[in-house]
Amino acid sequence: MPRRRTPESKAEAPAVQVRAARRADLPEVIALDATVTGLHKADYWQRVYRRYGVAGQGMRHFLVAVAGARVVGFMIGEVRDWEFGSPPCGWVFAIDVDPRARQKGVGSQLLGAMRERFERVGVRTLRTMLASDNPLILSFFRSQGLRAGRLIPLELDIGPPP
Amino acid sequence: MKLQKNTQLALYSVLEFAARPGELVSAAEVAGKYGESAHHLAKVLSDLTRAGIVESVRGVGGGYRFVANARRLTLLDVIRVFEDLDAGPAATDTGATPAERALRQVLAEIDQMTGATLGSITIATMLRMAPPA
Repeated sequence: MPRRRTPESKAEAPAVQVRAARRADLPEVIALDATVTGLHKADYWQRVYRRYGVAGQGMRHFLVAVAGARVVGFMIGEVRDWEFGSPPCGWVFAIDVDPRARQKGVGSQLLGAMRERFERVGVRTLRTMLASDNPLILSFFRSQGLRAGRLIPLELDIGPPP
Repeated sequence: MKLQKNTQLALYSVLEFAARPGELVSAAEVAGKYGESAHHLAKVLSDLTRAGIVESVRGVGGGYRFVANARRLTLLDVIRVFEDLDAGPAATDTGATPAERALRQVLAEIDQMTGATLGSITIATMLRMAPPA
């Protein structure tokens, strides 16, 4: 049966706000990523923060969704020019939402905030690339209106598997 | 890709029921809307009921209601109730000729993309794309 959220549980949930990531958010982002992927990548996230968190200049964005004082999701994206012959477009290449905060619109808020930032610099297309065997994340982006585009990803195995 | 008539009818029915959550909708209403006989639709709805996607309520004022999770149920879930979308022989089948293996590889790519697409579109997303008239 479809789950129904009671008025009580809705009232208890703190409002979610989306803002640019701060250095102090990184431990929670790293922990969230580790929860979802099973990998603890502190060095990687420090590099991501340096590139997307503080040096974005309006073209690179590292956003977090915060409920109360807790980071419940993040999204990273950037504007790329003339790759694959494409006019400037906004690429979203990372998203995670705390499993306990899913189905509450957190991903939609993150994507909406990212879209606004892309629109501010004149971008008219938003893109992402997803694993075909991950229906959960595919379903999320589909639900947000994304469709197959004119680019087709191709790949070639050039060595033995690790 | 071409879906069988029953599969299409099942998808239309699921969308009709899911658009009216909690409401009992008669088979005759859906059959009339899509120009099908109620008898033909009954078989389709019976399969959907067995799959736990709709439930039927008998008697006066009875009908069918959607009981799955529209945000989780995908087009692929519904299609698989009626059609076997599993891939054919593997591209590595040793009995096949090189041309057969190459063709199977291409067809497997297409199947993979088809499955990923159908498996990523939920009934809730479909309802947003095609709101009921």
